[in-house]
Amino acid sequence: MKVLVPIKRVVDYNVRVALKRDGSGVELAGVKMSINPFDEIAVEEALRLKERGVVTEVVVVTIATNEAQAQLRTALAMGADRAVQVDPTGLGEVQPLHAARLLKALVDREQPGLVLMGKQAIDDDCNQTGQMLAALWDRPQCTFTSRLEVSGSVLKGTREVDAGLETLECDLPAVVTTDLRLNEPRFVKMPDIMKAKSKRLEVVPAASLGVTAPPALVTTGFAPPPKRSGGRKVADAAELVSALRDRGIL
Amino acid sequence: MKVLVVAEHARGRLNPSTARTLAAAKLLGPATVVVFAADPGPVAAAAAALEGVAEVLTVTDPAHAEPRAACLAPQLAELSLGFSHVLAPSTTFGKDLLPRAAALAGCPQVSDLMAVVDARTFKRPIYAGNVITTVRVPDTVTVYATVRTASFKEVGATGDAAPVRAATPSASLPTHTRFVRLESARSERPDLQSATRVVSGGRGVGSKENFAVVYRIADLLGAAVGASRAAVDAGFVPNDLQVGQTGKIIAPDLYLAVGISGAIQHLTGIKDAGTIVAINKDGEAPIFEVADLGLVGDLFAVLPELERLIVEARR
Repeated sequence: MKVLVPIKRVVDYNVRVALKRDGSGVELAGVKMSINPFDEIAVEEALRLKERGVVTEVVVVTIATNEAQAQLRTALAMGADRAVQVDPTGLGEVQPLHAARLLKALVDREQPGLVLMGKQAIDDDCNQTGQMLAALWDRPQCTFTSRLEVSGSVLKGTREVDAGLETLECDLPAVVTTDLRLNEPRFVKMPDIMKAKSKRLEVVPAASLGVTAPPALVTTGFAPPPKRSGGRKVADAAELVSALRDRGIL
Repeated sequence: MKVLVVAEHARGRLNPSTARTLAAAKLLGPATVVVFAADPGPVAAAAAALEGVAEVLTVTDPAHAEPRAACLAPQLAELSLGFSHVLAPSTTFGKDLLPRAAALAGCPQVSDLMAVVDARTFKRPIYAGNVITTVRVPDTVTVYATVRTASFKEVGATGDAAPVRAATPSASLPTHTRFVRLESARSERPDLQSATRVVSGGRGVGSKENFAVVYRIADLLGAAVGASRAAVDAGFVPNDLQVGQTGKIIAPDLYLAVGISGAIQHLTGIKDAGTIVAINKDGEAPIFEVADLGLVGDLFAVLPELERLIVEARR
């Protein structure tokens, strides 16, 4: 079985983002970029399925311009077999529904048994693309997954939901989106980075996939969040209790 | 404007997230609430009594005993025809369902709507709430949005009940997705997402056993218990207690953070809290940058003292 793992190049998890001076967007110049952490977990899970003999090929895909080849190479160094870059040059910003349509076109071409991807990207925090792909593909979705078993033609996924842990059984093919506790991604070793350079990375122009761009949201403004100013420190529990009483909380 | 709001419910009770979503809907127009359930009666009645609700639609199917996006989305997309807006709470229920329905309808989605600027323009957070964007939905499509529940106060009940009507969408339900089980650490404590008081513990609490001190102070205050990602990852508490970017976004009147350093991803989950109190032994911890009241000290010394003083104050 083949697994398709869509990944996204985003501002690194540890970077505290800032707005551009003119307020026209988020400052990305000179900022460290990485694989979206949830997607990295998806790559790791795909590799573990391969190591367990459930999966035969792991294909990573991204919808981005050439800079994101660095993230595809990282995924190849982790152990993915090959990579596909869907190049959206000329299409403008690709939002989740558009991404889902492009991925659906790729799914039709690649025929994976499983699509494993992050539950959300930590830049736009949309949490949509996996669900949208599953809808367009008319296949099951197992979102926010923290435990995954695949055997034969079904998967059993445990989802982190507000009420606790929900387990679903889904027929394959299916879309699984990953939550943080699914696994801890491996570190990439130097020799693997060298080996990854010779792995196949195919560039597919998005326009060649025959996808219609859906209506998109228009972003008209960026602003910093309302500031919460810190208050004061109290010396001990007694002062805390009296401050809470003053505020009418106790 | 015709607004369709998807009701979230469990075990015959309407989740408070629905009343918060209705508060956002109220800014747009009269709302129709749709209840998908095996037995929608009690939930529909509860929804019909809420402010701003013009009508309640019920979709009855044994398959909806456990909500699964794959089954709900085709029916929701079908019912959404004729509505200008489709809203669901930005809980795991709504986040799972709404994008699937939006994609079927060919519409983009606004995630985590936190403010209504006008009927098609909204504010939403990106980068874990470090940037707020204003987005406009094109005139040609239905507005699909998940509502960041912490940004809205629940609407109340009104005297008269809106009419309840059965709807029968024709979309057939897939059988490819089956519910197996829900493991839920049900407790008598208030629900984390809707509690007016929350006590959360972090890595500093140290162990599952030590979390007893957090539960004790929570029970004394009638508070729900929450946790940071670090505490959940370490196995101190189950995942459904996690507060933050990838956990629950909450807005209690009182948030007491114990042994939590305050990573950005955690702070984004508590920004709308009324009063934030932090107890941490590291005086430089980022949690103090947002805390209204901060106490630098060893939580194992401070909490028993705090407990004693609260009990004393009540006498």
